[in-house]
Amino acid sequence: MKYIIDITVQLKAGMRDPEASTLQRSLEQIGFGTHELTLAKKFHVTIDAESETEAEEQGRQMCERLLANPVIHNHIITVVKK
Amino acid sequence: MRFAIIQFGGSNCDYDVEYILTSIIGIDADLVWYKERLNGYDGVVIPGGFSYGDYLRAGAIAARTEIMQDVRKMAAAGKPILGICNGFQILTESELLPGALMLNNYPKFICSGTYLRVENEQTPFTNRFKKGDVIQIPIAHIEGNYYTDNHTLQKLKERRMIALRYTDQMGEVREDTNPNGSVENIAGILNQNGNVLGLMPHPERASEKILGSVDGLKIFKSMIDYVEKKAIANQRNRSK
Repeated sequence: MKYIIDITVQLKAGMRDPEASTLQRSLEQIGFGTHELTLAKKFHVTIDAESETEAEEQGRQMCERLLANPVIHNHIITVVKK
Repeated sequence: MRFAIIQFGGSNCDYDVEYILTSIIGIDADLVWYKERLNGYDGVVIPGGFSYGDYLRAGAIAARTEIMQDVRKMAAAGKPILGICNGFQILTESELLPGALMLNNYPKFICSGTYLRVENEQTPFTNRFKKGDVIQIPIAHIEGNYYTDNHTLQKLKERRMIALRYTDQMGEVREDTNPNGSVENIAGILNQNGNVLGLMPHPERASEKILGSVDGLKIFKSMIDYVEKKAIANQRNRSK
């Protein structure tokens, strides 16, 4: 069965993100006042798996072993059937 | 004595390090492509550059190559491992060193001279310095902002794992002498055993008089002294 794993990797709450604050300032310059802006990386991975649980477990391992750095990141995984 | 200088796709300070080790210092050093293995080396230098285009996170992809398993084994065997700039990022991504290197506080590539204070002189990389020495070595990076949580920071301090800090010419640690936002002005850290050093400044760019500083040369020479002393001690132990 094919599953799509949707992985969002973002900095842990409260960590300073210069890219996000630069974008926030930039938005302000073109007329958008904002309270907060955060950035995240999104991965869409299509895999074969026996079940949704197995697909989610693979996604978790992908995060632990490569896609996220536990020192600075949190990750969110959602799985959908393709 | 023979050192390995690991080359990943996108390493670009590899030849500079080779030149310093072989032509300036006069030891044997091989450029080792990441698909090869590390056999019979006394130490390793992971040079700077932009391995794999800094994709995902700087150093993330190189850290997961097979050759890093060999580096891990050498580190466990107490051999000196020096990671410079991207090499430092690869060492944190490999978890051979704690913490992470993030985008500079002011998100711009900085290429400039820095003053550093030697925080721990009893290491394989700093034994030619005195504690508190202020040295001059340049930096060139956009992701050199060293981060670690408070718990690990405390451990770094207690176990003397902070090797170098960014300071002014007099060795004073201040916010305005911090080029990239690193926690507590950290420029270089050691592993718990002291035989793995990662630093953002480039010692190979401060290893000849014509370059304005030879402080970087002392780091390489310290490392070589360490290997020589260890070899002599091993020999003595064997003959006992």
